[in-house]
Amino acid sequence: MKLRPDLAIIADHIPPGSSVLDVGCGDGELLSALRDKGCDARGMELDPHNVALCVGRGLSVIQGDADSDLAFYPDKSLDYAVLSQTLQTTKRPDLVLDELLRVGRKAIVSFPNFAHWRVRLSLLWGGRMPVTRLLPVAWYETPNIHHLTIADFRAHLAERGIRVEQAWFLKGDRLTSAAAANFRAEHAVFLLSR
Amino acid sequence: MASAPLLAESRVLTLADPLPLDGGQRLAGVRLAYETYGTLKADRSNAILICHALTGDQHVASPHPITGKPGWWVRMVGPGKPIDTNRFFVICANVLGSCMGSTGPASEGPDGKPWAMRFPVITIRDMVRAQVALLDALGIERVHAVVGGSMGGMQVLSFAANFPDRCAAALVLAATARHSAQNIAFHEVGRQAIMADPQWRGGDYYGAGGKGPEKGLAVARMAAHITYISEAGLTEKFGRNLQDRAAKTFGFDADFQVESYLRYQGLSFTDRFDANSYLYITRAMDYFDLAEEHGGRLADAFAASRARFCLVSFDTDWLYPTVESRTIAHALNAAGCPVSFMELSAPFGHDSFLLEVPALDRVVAGFLR
Repeated sequence: MKLRPDLAIIADHIPPGSSVLDVGCGDGELLSALRDKGCDARGMELDPHNVALCVGRGLSVIQGDADSDLAFYPDKSLDYAVLSQTLQTTKRPDLVLDELLRVGRKAIVSFPNFAHWRVRLSLLWGGRMPVTRLLPVAWYETPNIHHLTIADFRAHLAERGIRVEQAWFLKGDRLTSAAAANFRAEHAVFLLSR
Repeated sequence: MASAPLLAESRVLTLADPLPLDGGQRLAGVRLAYETYGTLKADRSNAILICHALTGDQHVASPHPITGKPGWWVRMVGPGKPIDTNRFFVICANVLGSCMGSTGPASEGPDGKPWAMRFPVITIRDMVRAQVALLDALGIERVHAVVGGSMGGMQVLSFAANFPDRCAAALVLAATARHSAQNIAFHEVGRQAIMADPQWRGGDYYGAGGKGPEKGLAVARMAAHITYISEAGLTEKFGRNLQDRAAKTFGFDADFQVESYLRYQGLSFTDRFDANSYLYITRAMDYFDLAEEHGGRLADAFAASRARFCLVSFDTDWLYPTVESRTIAHALNAAGCPVSFMELSAPFGHDSFLLEVPALDRVVAGFLR
């Protein structure tokens, strides 16, 4: 099975043998890939149905909330704390980011870019909240309560003194350059440390 | 094969060595009544130990010898079931202190008379020591999994903490790592009901015409039974419906269906359970505090464990609510153990682990595979 493009980047980048916590692990797609390459991969997931699916796949997943339950993990107890496509769904993304960098020596964060030109166009011409491939749900039922752009995220990292070790920008399943990423990338993946 | 009756082997083991107890005593001649299902592989790698709850017994998937009812977990254990007896060798023993063939207060003491209240106070860890002694006798070094709900789950936690090399996986359903003040309070109501019954006679009721403190034990069971079900479940099942009558009688007969139901639950319980066993086992549960046994920090209890853990709670369980399982999950995480935890939605309260919850079946099958 082919991994979602941002997950493929994350799975490629994490070396075998690493300890990983995937926060918001869904049905365990990334966890399975990490386990197959010999990582000690654990998950946290809000939806009990997804947790049950993960347990059925032999994965170790805790039902929990990124906003509150990272507090129970000791400092630097993991090589990587991963948050894929989840940052924009949390109540306090800033605090979640701090927690990821507390429990993990490194954090990997991926999110859809709200400044992609299609989103801009949709707002500019339609005057409507965009419904796109990466943001497929209407405004009233979207779990995405804190939309952000790549520029927002970079500014926030600079403000908080968080170091970007590497970043990847995606258009569909293809990488696109960092230049004008805030306009051209649908999706961003950041490798962070503090 | 799925339609064939499940073959159960009933046996009683007498331990060769005295069993050391947390209370400091050594209990000689301990008998353990147990059932097995399925076939043990030649390399003895496919054993699953099931630990039963407070008033449970070894008849996990075979009819109860007194009530004739099907085993208490037939929906979970059997050929092709989530705990598949075509693949696994399933063992379930009556716990130490109980009354279905294992040594307890109703058993003969050293002087040939029933132990009654001279029986030593036991703990969950003592029960687990007995389970491990049984595994020793069966020549099983390490079980594929140890599984249990409620008090059975407490035994699973104690097993994994105290005998970390003896299990590869631990499945804990609707349990807690320690009894709360409220848990102890409900048990104390039950114990006082038994001890307030004149037929209890300080525990020396054996052989007295067969009539023990049945009224007290029934009340204890009624109080406990309320804690096993949810308010919503009771309301749905009974509401304020009247029992076989059109109007209230302005008396103290069982006017309401819920009263009649509880009275029946209490009475039928006395046919199959010993009141002194109820005192001893509830005491063991009240004494249970896994963190306290390990220097006060729950994570330290699992420091030596290399087992996989899975914890399941139920959203309507107010006896051992989800927060208890979550606390254990976080402690296991802090100890670096592979752990899964989920709260399942089911309407039946604490008893959900025994009842029709399809999501639980999937989790159990998936975790044990």
